[in-house]
Amino acid sequence: MSAHAQVQGHAAPEPAHGHHPNYVKVWAVLVGLLVVSVLGPMAGIRWLTLVAAFGVALVKAYMVAKNFMHLDVQKPIVHWILGAALALMVLLYGALAPDVQKGAGQQWKKDAGFHHSFTTSKPREAGEHAPGGAGEHEHP
Amino acid sequence: MSVKTIAAQRASMNIPTGRLGVWWVLVSEIVIFGGVLVSYLMHRLAHVEWGEQAAYTNLWAGAFNTLVLLTSSLSAVLAHQAAEKGDGPKAARLLYLTCLGGLIFLTVKAFEWTHEIREGFTLQSGGFWSYYYTAAGLHAFHVIAGMGVMLWVASCARKNQELHRVENVGIYWHFVDLVWIFLFPLLYIAK
Repeated sequence: MSAHAQVQGHAAPEPAHGHHPNYVKVWAVLVGLLVVSVLGPMAGIRWLTLVAAFGVALVKAYMVAKNFMHLDVQKPIVHWILGAALALMVLLYGALAPDVQKGAGQQWKKDAGFHHSFTTSKPREAGEHAPGGAGEHEHP
Repeated sequence: MSVKTIAAQRASMNIPTGRLGVWWVLVSEIVIFGGVLVSYLMHRLAHVEWGEQAAYTNLWAGAFNTLVLLTSSLSAVLAHQAAEKGDGPKAARLLYLTCLGGLIFLTVKAFEWTHEIREGFTLQSGGFWSYYYTAAGLHAFHVIAGMGVMLWVASCARKNQELHRVENVGIYWHFVDLVWIFLFPLLYIAK
């Protein structure tokens, strides 16, 4: 059925792909990966935590995108616009990370007040302010 | 008799307009959620002490909610499969099941947040909690919106009308699930 016939409101939509995977099997694998991502970090090993939590998240995201969203059989325009959005995310990180994550640069540094305003070790009572000043985002 | 818009009567780029529209929505959502998550990641790496705050999140509630969303994604894609076969009533039932998953997710989150707020962890409790409530709250808002649209699509599908919309709303729901797949380790596991 063509895309034109579909937009005329026919009952059965045009299949975007010829083959449906076994969705229940895909779901079972996703649940298994969820178990791995929960149990892995309990070992307390840093690299294992990173792999189990974030590596598994990437795999799960790929499986959902490929099998449930059928991203692999979508038209190229979809891949292009999604890629552009992801590129913007990378650009955002690359442009801001040096400023956010570093404590000092060639001609600047963050003073103790800036860092201290983000440091809390216990929940505050209602009305109580952060130890560093009037608020969390106060800058010198 | 329903009146079709101009956009509904053509398919540019050789892809149905409704489906292309949903993908454009997701592109904008990637920028929104991506901005929040990238921003959180930067600040989290710069503030190792946030891990102490993250220890107070409920891992098992987050894991259960992940399971709920994965299962609701399954029912959403099965609804799409039913719609492709022309079985509107079955597609509608599966969409209602998907909405039920969303409702369970929101209920668990409501209990979770009630407990955390009672313990004193609010939006103003620190950088971590600010991000926690903002990101998870934004996600929950999208869950609510998705449920609303899904109920409307299901009401049409039940009458074997506009079945192509079942796939479109399913794509949106899978994206909501995708965002939570990344939120879960960032907010609940990285402690």
